[in-house]
Amino acid sequence: MAQKKGGKTAASDDPEELARTPLQAVLLADTFNLKFRPITLERPKVLLPLVNTPMIDYTLAWLESVGVEEVFLFCCAHAEQVKEYIGNSHWGQSHAGFSITTIESNFSMSAGDALRFIEGKNVIRGDFILITGDTISNMSLTEALQAHKDRRKKDPDTVMTMFVKRSKPMPLTHQTRLGNDEIMMAIDPETKQLLYYEDRFDSSKRAVTLDKSLLADNASLYLRTDLEDCCIDICSPEVLTIFLDNFDYQHLRRHFVKGLLHDDIMGKKIYTHEIDSSYTARVDNYRSYDTISKDIIQRWSFPLVPDVLYAGNRAQMRLQREGIYKAPDVTLSPSVRIGAFTAIGSGTIIGENSSVSNSVIGELCTIGRNVSIDGCYIWDSVTIEDGCRLSHSIVCDGVHLHTGATLEPGVILSFKVEVGQNITVPAYSKVSLLPQPSKQDSDEELEYADTNSGVIDSPSIASISPANIEHDHVSSFDTEQSVLLEGGLSGVGYIWTSCETGNEEEWRYSVAPIPVEKLKEFYAKMFDEDESSSDGEQTGITHSGELISESKSTDFDDSDGEYKGDVSKFEKEVEETFERALGGVAEENVQLEINSLRMSFNVTHAECAGAVFQSVIKSAIIASNSSKSNLLKATIDAIERSKGLLSYFITNVDEEIEVILKFEEMCMEITREFAPIFSSVLHQLYDKEVITEDAILKWESEKADADESDKVFVKQSEAFLKWLKEAPEEDDEDE
Amino acid sequence: MPDVSDFILKLQRRRIEGSHATARQTAELLRSVVSQTRMPYTNQAAALLDAVRAVGEQLIAANPVELAVGNIVRRVLHIIREEDLSSSAVSFEGLMISEKSDDEDDADHKGGPVLSAAAVAAAARSTLRPRSLQTLLEDGPLPAAPSKSSSAGDSEGKSKSDKSAVGKRLKHSVIEAINLLIEEIDDCYEDISEQAVEHIHQNEVILTLGRSKTVKEFLYAAKQKNRSFRVFVAEGAPRYQGHVLAKELIQKGLETTVITDSAIFAMISRVNMVIVGAHAIMANGGVIAPVGMNMLALAAQRHAVPFVVVAGSHKLCPLYPHNPEVLLNELKSPSDLIDFGEFSDCMDFGAHGGAPLMHVVNPTFDYVPPNLVSLFITDTGGHNAAHMYKLIADYYSADDLVIKRKSTSSN
Repeated sequence: MAQKKGGKTAASDDPEELARTPLQAVLLADTFNLKFRPITLERPKVLLPLVNTPMIDYTLAWLESVGVEEVFLFCCAHAEQVKEYIGNSHWGQSHAGFSITTIESNFSMSAGDALRFIEGKNVIRGDFILITGDTISNMSLTEALQAHKDRRKKDPDTVMTMFVKRSKPMPLTHQTRLGNDEIMMAIDPETKQLLYYEDRFDSSKRAVTLDKSLLADNASLYLRTDLEDCCIDICSPEVLTIFLDNFDYQHLRRHFVKGLLHDDIMGKKIYTHEIDSSYTARVDNYRSYDTISKDIIQRWSFPLVPDVLYAGNRAQMRLQREGIYKAPDVTLSPSVRIGAFTAIGSGTIIGENSSVSNSVIGELCTIGRNVSIDGCYIWDSVTIEDGCRLSHSIVCDGVHLHTGATLEPGVILSFKVEVGQNITVPAYSKVSLLPQPSKQDSDEELEYADTNSGVIDSPSIASISPANIEHDHVSSFDTEQSVLLEGGLSGVGYIWTSCETGNEEEWRYSVAPIPVEKLKEFYAKMFDEDESSSDGEQTGITHSGELISESKSTDFDDSDGEYKGDVSKFEKEVEETFERALGGVAEENVQLEINSLRMSFNVTHAECAGAVFQSVIKSAIIASNSSKSNLLKATIDAIERSKGLLSYFITNVDEEIEVILKFEEMCMEITREFAPIFSSVLHQLYDKEVITEDAILKWESEKADADESDKVFVKQSEAFLKWLKEAPEEDDEDE
Repeated sequence: MPDVSDFILKLQRRRIEGSHATARQTAELLRSVVSQTRMPYTNQAAALLDAVRAVGEQLIAANPVELAVGNIVRRVLHIIREEDLSSSAVSFEGLMISEKSDDEDDADHKGGPVLSAAAVAAAARSTLRPRSLQTLLEDGPLPAAPSKSSSAGDSEGKSKSDKSAVGKRLKHSVIEAINLLIEEIDDCYEDISEQAVEHIHQNEVILTLGRSKTVKEFLYAAKQKNRSFRVFVAEGAPRYQGHVLAKELIQKGLETTVITDSAIFAMISRVNMVIVGAHAIMANGGVIAPVGMNMLALAAQRHAVPFVVVAGSHKLCPLYPHNPEVLLNELKSPSDLIDFGEFSDCMDFGAHGGAPLMHVVNPTFDYVPPNLVSLFITDTGGHNAAHMYKLIADYYSADDLVIKRKSTSSN
């Protein structure tokens, strides 16, 4: 109440807002990814129950509580189901000051498409809140909204305020807790402007590449890896136009945010707002589904907790000791053991000697005797017969487990699957009545493919009657299918093979706890990296270390790693270019090409010279037909031929030394053939005025302190060097 | 009715909290419910009762922990019965015999003189408790008694005028009675703080916990009467409302000491009286109050310090704490206690074998049993815990105690 009042008075104080625009929100009821397959083939993700309440209810309840007046609900996959749900729920009835308008589009493949579609509808009139339908939050918006408006007034280029939350005391918490990627952001400590965003930050690399201008333009900035992206944004209407202008923007973060940050021309700015005490999280994968369910049961999301948040037709749950939520009409046999942090929906019956712990059980489930359920999410109308063992699984509506079935950790049973008697479903398997789509697109396309297939798939469900399905299956068992049917009793469903990066990654995104050995590996890797990096450089990025622009050293040090790889790539490119040059391309063009390569790979002149020389030598090898006698001659020819090119790139002593060092290196590693003729080639280079005597002498003095093994070539060229040392005197005498 | 669903939603989402706010808004809502109810020609009272009960049931379910909502619903039901009796005495005599006798009882209590007699009886009963004897004796002339009898007289006058104008519809009289109820809720602070001088003496040390508006007004009133005294404020973790109260008291020129909740036992020996607010007073005289109160009450008992609870009459709940309908507590978000950012690795279920190892319990309320409360000060004066049931009988009729069951049986 107080919040709402505050917001309203603040708005009315504002003289510029003569006609107060109602606070609008765009709710994307589609997440445009496949992480919840196979469940999302049959039901949209936003309607999946999270502690017995569809996710979208949490989001809508939050929007309603922060004073949003108009919600545009964008549905794509399974739009009918979403619309039907909204229509039947209490959201469908008109509330004073809270209306929901559904926008449907079957062609949108990504959040970007969705926003472009909404732009076309021309409904957004002012700042709006952008949120996905799987976000749980209880934060207050008033302050951030006001801050956003103030910033907008000062600087019309402000387009977005992103909510972030500090949530990571340990380096790996994001991954182990929510199964998310690490995020790194650079934030201006004063203005809270977002300067850099990397959502696939690899903390094990312990290095980060920042644009130099970032450090030059900002007096100070925070590099933070301990922030969680809340996936809630306050957007200005311009956001939609930006999406329209950049039709290739698909992903909100990966494309839009990064795009704006890299784009200096438009100068659009994104700010962050850090929330402290409130809870926000997004159900992104099965692991975060598990974690967020537990957070809700532990009441972090208060007042959006099971005993407070309930839709009209559902019986209200009551909280009992040890975090046990029970609907009033649950039938439990006296010998049932209910462990801590469990929710049981109304109408559920649990038989003798069964035990339930850390689990959520939906409505109208029938659970037999001697069943053990640990860490499971059992949705509505599930039948579990006597003696089943379930651990850390998700069991969707209408599933039937016959006597003695066992679900190993990480199993997902989609709608109406049946598991036969005494069958063990292996860990991390996903079972669905629908066959796995055989065609797998490339990874990038996969991200956006969900909507398409979702739309296509949904009618097919309707058309197949259950009987049909069973027949289908009898005829089309693959080997995995038969696992379920062993024992001759009915089991129905396809086992999906893991579609993503294979079994290795399954544990990462599963509801099951991370296996101990994986965890050890994880941490071991982390700590190894930790130690090595702390040896190497002091300036590892602390969780919220302030990086002042004077200390640019970090920047350069950090870029070292990538740079090595780049040089070898560069050399290869130069070589290819050079080969083409031999084919008769004009020398100027080759120069130009190599120069531009040098720029794009950002290598030094010296390295460039080395690379060019390497190419020359390699061409000599090819020309010599690998006969040793010809080699010297071929080399001389090659040097002669590309003298112009070499002298163009080799302009000063440093570069010359680099060339000699390069040659030395080559003789020792790649082109050992040259080892015997090192000094002769060196002499040739001197004769052709590619390399001056200064450089050679410097090279010698540099090598003076080196190991004996390194001095092989110095010794070889001893005579030549001696002659050189005498030569200048002759020159002097001449003059 | 859009108002109803709106209010229900606000209650559900915990956007209205606190007994005073919820009580007042419930009364206002029920007033509009009554005024919008279509009146049949016969059995008008039953129609009103049904309408109020139907709404009331939803309101109570929306946030069962706000007992004040239920209290007000029951008060309104009681008002309807009463007004019905006074106005329908002529027309429905035969039908209402049983209810009438019941109601006569009520009317008896409601009458000014009888009530003060009840107060005298209460006083007599409370003399059994030696500790409260002194306070009650000083209370003897009972400044509340005249104010109360005057208000009772008012309503008496009103109902008489209703009676005289038999043609007037029941609805109007009910609405007027509800208006009086709202007034009473608004005035409760004044009525309570009028009694402050009787309880707070020169140079005393008063201890309170958390922040209660009733307590604040009570202390202000004593200060205004030029009593000089000191206040210890226990901060009231985890919401630390005590800090706010300390600020407010200092602005009024009161000498204030802020202590931690855990220092209560150490400080209590220097305290002359503990004055606290309450969330609800149950029928047995037990108190539902902000968390930490039981600890304070026990400390006060150990050192024989009077433990005084100040509360408006809308906090009087006709239910007993063991009733299944009573939700005694609400567990709030752990974020009051600990910082999510710091502790998120403790809730890393993936890494900890799937079972949460860290439990955080953040209850809102405590239950203080009646034997620990020395005195209740309501807008009708001081009362002993054992007298509460009597006071409650004045405000509620026994038929309304369980609203849900009643409505299902009537449907």
